[in-house]
Amino acid sequence: MTEYLIKNGFVYDPIQGINGDKVDVAIKDGKMVDAGDVTKPTIIDATGMTVMAAGVDVHAHVAGPKVNVGRNFRPEDKLFNAAAGSGLKRMEGGFSVPTVLRTAYLYARMGFGFSMEAAMPPLYARHTHEEIRDTPIIDQGALPVFGNNWFVLEYLKENEIENTAAYIAWLLNQTKGFGVKCVNPGGTESWGWGMNCETVDDVVPYFDVTPRQIVSGLIAANEYLGLPHCMHVHGNSLGEPGNYEITLDTLKIAEDYSPQNDFGREVVLHNTHLQFHCYGGESYASKSFESKSKEVVEYINSVDNISYDLGVVTLDETTTMTADGPFEHHLSHMNNLKWANTDVELETGSGIVPFIYNPKTFIAGAQWAVGLECGLFIKDPMRAYITTDAPNAGPLCRYPRVYKWLMSAKARDDMLDNTLKYGDKIRERCYIGEIDREISLYELAMMTRAGPAKTLGLGHMFGSLKAGLEGDVAVYPYNPETDTDDPEKIEYAFGNAAYLIKGGRMIVKEGEIVDMGNKRTFWVDAKVNENPMVERDIAEKFRRYYTVTQNNYTVEGHHFVPNPYVIEVDATR
Amino acid sequence: MAKIVTDVVCPFCGTLCDDLEVALSDDGEEILEVYNACTIGATKFLHSQAKDRVTRPQMKQEDGSWKEVTYDEAVEYTANLLVDAKKPLMYGWSSTSCTAQGTGSEIGEIVGACMDNTATVCHGSTLIAVQDVGVPSATLGEIANRADRVVFWGCNPAHAHPRHMSRYSIFPRGFFTGKGSKSRKMFVVDPRNTDTAKMADVHLQLEQGHDYELLSAIRVALRGEALPDFVAGIPKEQIYETAETLRSGRFTVIFFGMGVTHSLGKNHNIDIAIAVTRDLNDYTKAAIVPMRGHYNVTGSGQVWGWQFGFPFCLDLTRGFARYNPGDSSSNDLLIRDEVDAVFVLGSDPGAHFPVGSVKKIAQLPSVCIDPHITPTSAVSKLHVPVAFVGVEVGGCAYRMDNVPIETRKVVEPPEGMLTDEEFLQKVLTRVRELKGAA
Repeated sequence: MTEYLIKNGFVYDPIQGINGDKVDVAIKDGKMVDAGDVTKPTIIDATGMTVMAAGVDVHAHVAGPKVNVGRNFRPEDKLFNAAAGSGLKRMEGGFSVPTVLRTAYLYARMGFGFSMEAAMPPLYARHTHEEIRDTPIIDQGALPVFGNNWFVLEYLKENEIENTAAYIAWLLNQTKGFGVKCVNPGGTESWGWGMNCETVDDVVPYFDVTPRQIVSGLIAANEYLGLPHCMHVHGNSLGEPGNYEITLDTLKIAEDYSPQNDFGREVVLHNTHLQFHCYGGESYASKSFESKSKEVVEYINSVDNISYDLGVVTLDETTTMTADGPFEHHLSHMNNLKWANTDVELETGSGIVPFIYNPKTFIAGAQWAVGLECGLFIKDPMRAYITTDAPNAGPLCRYPRVYKWLMSAKARDDMLDNTLKYGDKIRERCYIGEIDREISLYELAMMTRAGPAKTLGLGHMFGSLKAGLEGDVAVYPYNPETDTDDPEKIEYAFGNAAYLIKGGRMIVKEGEIVDMGNKRTFWVDAKVNENPMVERDIAEKFRRYYTVTQNNYTVEGHHFVPNPYVIEVDATR
Repeated sequence: MAKIVTDVVCPFCGTLCDDLEVALSDDGEEILEVYNACTIGATKFLHSQAKDRVTRPQMKQEDGSWKEVTYDEAVEYTANLLVDAKKPLMYGWSSTSCTAQGTGSEIGEIVGACMDNTATVCHGSTLIAVQDVGVPSATLGEIANRADRVVFWGCNPAHAHPRHMSRYSIFPRGFFTGKGSKSRKMFVVDPRNTDTAKMADVHLQLEQGHDYELLSAIRVALRGEALPDFVAGIPKEQIYETAETLRSGRFTVIFFGMGVTHSLGKNHNIDIAIAVTRDLNDYTKAAIVPMRGHYNVTGSGQVWGWQFGFPFCLDLTRGFARYNPGDSSSNDLLIRDEVDAVFVLGSDPGAHFPVGSVKKIAQLPSVCIDPHITPTSAVSKLHVPVAFVGVEVGGCAYRMDNVPIETRKVVEPPEGMLTDEEFLQKVLTRVRELKGAA
């Protein structure tokens, strides 16, 4: 396999403590190696450019049934957003919900190598994997949702952690899933009757279990199994003014747990799109709504076993989609746009609503501010990751714009002064006006590669340029010595990687996509002790309540996961 | 002792029953019996064993007779037909696997085709309505477990989806519907007194073509506003009572078929049916589900969704995907003489398109890929028989509620016969060669 030597670039690798030094970076046989270990490398001259490990996305919605509903029910999202194929590239389209091909090309252009699909309904796992299979270049995994699953609700009502873990292990194997996602615990099951769980102590109808028990039990089961990734939660009452207390209640559940795994992961709970969970006040009106990001992030700063991602609002027209069915119904009543919903038997639900984050409104601007604050208050950037909850708070292609806002106080002030209609009000009701912190390139590397790789339990493969890791390197046309005057250069550079090498193959060369790579699907095969009770429960539920047979539920590896990367976990004791 | 294959998926209708059992002969070559399937499904399996089945491609001769050709010749004709055409129509895609649909999409992209599926003449109006107003829906299991109010609007599952009521909607005893059909109120809205209507608790026998008015009246009734004495021929008392029954349920579902998608109003009927469902969600839980026909018409919309962003009526002629039903839809293209070659796979426009469109197909260079001899194969220049998906080769299909299920291979196809996917792969390879893109 080709050897590469990237010379003269400014290298940022927090894992190795390299902070902008001009260090040679070498790749051999698809892996990172020491510069002295390559013999006849292809030389890449990165003079005046920034070099980092390829990006790792901890949370995005880019494949699966709800994403495809978003594509199919929004033809307008393709209007003026399509491109013909050229060279190796096929035709692409879509802005907030791009086609799978555009998704892959976007990630490549942004220098990313791995993306986690953040919510996979187990019954639709086959669909998710079909889309992942058709998404070239980037490695992907998918998190099945567990927070409203009948098995989980029944076991956790009785605090049966071992049975929950056995069921999780079975489902990960059946769906080729990566870890445990929990969306609006209990609330989506309640939505089966048109209701919701709004706090951690609301009781799920019929199942008589609370979100607190579900979150707590899922963390316990996750650590019982020792999965690579921690429990990944989207809490109750997302997007509701005053919800920060519910968020704190959810986060505090993690106090009882410590990480148990062989993957170097140090957290037990990942709170996704924290921005949507940090609201104070009683309504969206400017006289009531206020940011509580400081309070929430200060709590997270005070502990060491929680990570989160930001979910920054990018002030675009986008398509919201989540397994939080009741939230989307609520949202559709706020904007009166079209509403799609699918409740999934025994497992979960979902909703999809287009949304316009209008910079001329107070609330959209305030949400924008809260998202950035979540990134700027963090003390340990290894535990705060930059996302837009794509496409919920903003399209995937806006990541570089978010970097710009985080890295430049000037860019933020420009927004508050010139773009947002209620900039002054937002300064008053949020913390954004009092923050002058600017995220450095070193911190950016933590928040977009080293950190997410670690919390996903993939720090041994991604997120650093250390010898032995995957040969995934991005080179950006950004000179940290001379380009600091203009924040626009940040946005341009991180959306237009000069080079991306993925698994030792040159994917982007001088800004052009030249290879479709050899993408892999990551999933976790957890071994547990034989559990006849759980096996019987599964057989019984399939016989009586599912509409597919148990034998037709399995995602067959041969067909849907043509290039699997299986992480094995042994939880037999 | 017959060998029994279990968990077999029925490749006939959008109900996609996956609990079939197929008895095979000792040598595993012959299908003896199909258990659990409806008559239509069982016949599909048994028909694959027909002794007079065409097993090799046939080319139509000048005199109208058919001459057997090799698969290689068929690939050559098909690839050239697509490459030579300025604007080929690639239609069908509803009775084949998602893998084949994906390969077909790649061909369509390279040759700049217009691609369309059977939704164009059935639930296309539903897809347009969903683009207008969304769709609050649920999987069929959710309905089996929860629904206590079931409405069949403009559809007749007793005949078209024979196991729908027993598996999902009326008779199953679900988690919260332990008394089966006794747990449910069944409504049928249909101008005809169908076999489904005869089973209903309430049959609203509306005047034909007045679905929009009746749906609108239900919205009025849900809001407690005044109605005229009769709407669509139904007395207002019955409309108020219907609205109240739907609202008072714990979970209401509306299933609808081509009685509303293709009667007067088309997508507007579905718009307002979805609006009724949205309204009901303000009081209780409600979902709406289209009764999709072909077993994988849903899948073709899904595959095109993730590859191109649109579920049907794709126009790839400009190098990027465009979508404009009424313009880029098959019949409009054919009637306007806009396409100069026709490729059909996995459906039978010859039997279902207006005769004017079928005449156009007969005049154009055309190929029909289908296990059966059909009206389409009869008017095409080339007929390529292929293995039955779901009987002789597996592959993914999407049920009417978008749940994907992998169909199973039960028996071997006749010797030397290609599958859809294999044939398309050969065409794709040849098209790339002809285009110099190999």
